[in-house]
Amino acid sequence: MPDRISPSAADEGFRKELLTVLPHLRAFARGLSGRADFADDLVQEAAIKAWTARERYQAGTNMRAWTFAILRNHYLSELRRSKRQTDVDEGVLEKMLVMDADQEGPLHLDDMEAALQKLAPERREAVLLVGASGFSYEEAAEIAGCPIGTMKSRVARARADLARMLDGEVDDALDIKARKAG
Amino acid sequence: MLSQPNGRGDPGKQTPGLPPEIRKDGEPGWAGGLRKLYNSVVEEPLPDSFKDLLKKLDDDGDA
Repeated sequence: MPDRISPSAADEGFRKELLTVLPHLRAFARGLSGRADFADDLVQEAAIKAWTARERYQAGTNMRAWTFAILRNHYLSELRRSKRQTDVDEGVLEKMLVMDADQEGPLHLDDMEAALQKLAPERREAVLLVGASGFSYEEAAEIAGCPIGTMKSRVARARADLARMLDGEVDDALDIKARKAG
Repeated sequence: MLSQPNGRGDPGKQTPGLPPEIRKDGEPGWAGGLRKLYNSVVEEPLPDSFKDLLKKLDDDGDA
């Protein structure tokens, strides 16, 4: 192993670009997993993977899309690796939803987060990529490794689900309050 | 005519969803909520747990 490698300009550029996408990766990972600490672990591991694979990145292409795909694939393999964890999550999620039903006000970000976690995973991913991260359908399809038509239909379904859940959830919450009051 | 509230504290016609200021033209309230949720994380400073990662990127870059 050579004991002295001067940092190439390419590496330095890559590092800077990688740093700028970290906050976005955190937001994406948080949305995907619904858990802040797990999400941050995912981001750090994905960033290391990206850094290790930096020679495969073509400068000037889309760093955000490239790293999102790495994070997404890493997330899926982590899920597969620890199936048991997902069982625990469902319990936690249920609790969150019950708590949400008692909340005041029209729609809290917690409601949004809970609704997001209720979506089918591929729809959640789709609406996060297109509706939150601002990727085009084409970019999102590439990140998720699916045809563009599939991505469009996932986004549409996720939107319909969210609209139904969030409108419904507010009604439910009001209903519960009304019952308590009466 | 819609019937009156049934005495159980029915709030009547309330618009579900986010407050009006978050709504954009023709966009459902939750769509703004989704972006707000996402951006709230983007705008957070990186937590301390990222120090090791940043250090590693620095070290590797300067090695």
